Amino acid sequence: MAALQQRTIEAITTNEAALLARWGEGLESSGATRDARIGADELSRQTRDFLRMFVAASTTGDAGSVAGKDWADARSFLDGLSRSRALQGFDSQHTANFIFSLKRPLFEELQRAYADAPAQLSDQLVAISDLLDALGMHTVRAFQKTREDIINRQQEELLELSTPVVKLWDGVLALPMIGTLDSQRTQVVMESLLQRIVETGSEIAIIDITGVPTVDTLVAQHLLKTVTAIRLMGADCIISGVRPQIAQTIVHLGLDLQGIVTKANLADALALALKRLNLTVGKAA
Amino acid sequence: MGEFLLVTIQVDMHDQLALTLQDDLAERIRKTSARGVLIDISALEIVDSFIGRMISTISGLSTIMDARTVLVGMQPAVAITLVELGLTLPGVATALNVERGMALLRDRVRET
Repeated sequence: MAALQQRTIEAITTNEAALLARWGEGLESSGATRDARIGADELSRQTRDFLRMFVAASTTGDAGSVAGKDWADARSFLDGLSRSRALQGFDSQHTANFIFSLKRPLFEELQRAYADAPAQLSDQLVAISDLLDALGMHTVRAFQKTREDIINRQQEELLELSTPVVKLWDGVLALPMIGTLDSQRTQVVMESLLQRIVETGSEIAIIDITGVPTVDTLVAQHLLKTVTAIRLMGADCIISGVRPQIAQTIVHLGLDLQGIVTKANLADALALALKRLNLTVGKAA
Repeated sequence: MGEFLLVTIQVDMHDQLALTLQDDLAERIRKTSARGVLIDISALEIVDSFIGRMISTISGLSTIMDARTVLVGMQPAVAITLVELGLTLPGVATALNVERGMALLRDRVRET
């Protein structure tokens, strides 16, 4: 069963220009065109393309089933539209409004076309409304998915960014940790630190936790595992950047640091490391 | 190596060979009155719980026989596995490589 009756389709195609103009006015009054991110030409092209796809699909497609293959073109058009809106930084309301602002012009057109047949009018109004609602939902879903993809990618990048191992001196490595420590990150961190210790033959590793907001028993466990592994390999570890709050937490939790030396800041830790290596720093004569 | 013994452990150790190694080592320490044992595991890239325990046993064995023990060349993956398995190496010092291991061993033997 076709989604829309022949009379409806004809009314839409005959009055395409007028419909697009009224749709455009609707978008303009909601502020869609005032945004410099989308040009007026591009917007009118998008409205025209969508209206034609809408008509093409509703001639053959089943009324309630926007998920069917007749609507595949329209769906992928909307996927592309949502995606580009999301990447450009628009919100979901603006994006969905693209679809929903088409309702009024279409309804008005139908009222004119079916002035003599109220029963059919209401039937077609419902059909159009259902279709546009379903397409609107699809658009919002696609928008959300793009946003989630962006977030996931950013999380991965964050993970990579925040575990660098840097060489402070010959034989001294530093690992500045930023952000919350979880099992996965600690694993990655531990492996890369141990690898660098072997590669450089560094005897001292300084783990700086200035950028770690909280330390709980789980985080402490991860840190201790890392330090134990470092010691097993024949190097030693200093933890620096212990803030007053973290120090209090450690004491309150009764965490046993097993003789790991802790320093308030990286400078003190470096001074200790140099001392252990029998190096002194003096002013040039 | 004079009063020191050098033990090199490689990957393809199975049960019987490991036991043989333990016996041999104990016997050697006794025979040579070795004061220090350097165990080189730099060829071990991964360990399972069996090898992990074997390393621990051999280290403990020589310590009990009053030879100072230093373990060298532990790879990162091995260290991580040992930590996960909860295997500590009691009485065993570790060093990053053979040079540092020898220096450490000499110091320790001199102390006793």
